[in-house]
Amino acid sequence: MAEKKKLSIIAFSGDFDKLTAVFTLGTGAAAVGYEVNIFFTFWGLDAIKKKQGRSFTGGNWLTKIFGFMMGGLKVTPTSRFNFLGAGPKIFRYLMKKNNVATLEELVEAAKVLGINMYACEMAMHVLGLTKDDFIPEVKDVLGVASFLNLSDGGQTLFI
Amino acid sequence: MTFVKTKIELSKLNDGDILEVLLAEGEPLENVPRNAKEQGYNVLSVEHVEGTTHRVTIKK
Repeated sequence: MAEKKKLSIIAFSGDFDKLTAVFTLGTGAAAVGYEVNIFFTFWGLDAIKKKQGRSFTGGNWLTKIFGFMMGGLKVTPTSRFNFLGAGPKIFRYLMKKNNVATLEELVEAAKVLGINMYACEMAMHVLGLTKDDFIPEVKDVLGVASFLNLSDGGQTLFI
Repeated sequence: MTFVKTKIELSKLNDGDILEVLLAEGEPLENVPRNAKEQGYNVLSVEHVEGTTHRVTIKK
């Protein structure tokens, strides 16, 4: 019996363009039968927050600032040519024109296709977030050891 | 992405249901029938509709 192909992605970046790559790779692999794991860490946690949009979450004033700066998928900056927020708007327009899926559509597809999504415990604590701050599809909160275990035997990408 | 959407629609259907996919020439036209077959779906037909659009009929 052939072993099931596996792809694990460490989603470190919170940039619009890099998150698009994360979900395009993830959904593309899942659609052709791969088992897909995505480990969201640091800036990547922005993509899986329940509360989309800027808000002052977190226990103290520093985490509240992060809560405001990391406003979820709608306001993620591009890694280059952000031009104070014009960048993502321009790219979204170009993508729509070429009938490319939006970042939100890709995230929905990821949920429907059963991609395993995990949050990084260390980053979560540093940014003052708890498991309740994430969307329900997040399977678990993990550390490096657990992630290495479950990605073993497949391909791993760092984005 | 075309096959991702195809797969999502197929997962909503019951066995025996039929899905028609209108897609573009090039990579979608190559990927969708091939991946559908690999995943065990029945590709009933691939027809040219008009211009660069083709129709792939898949039975679950």
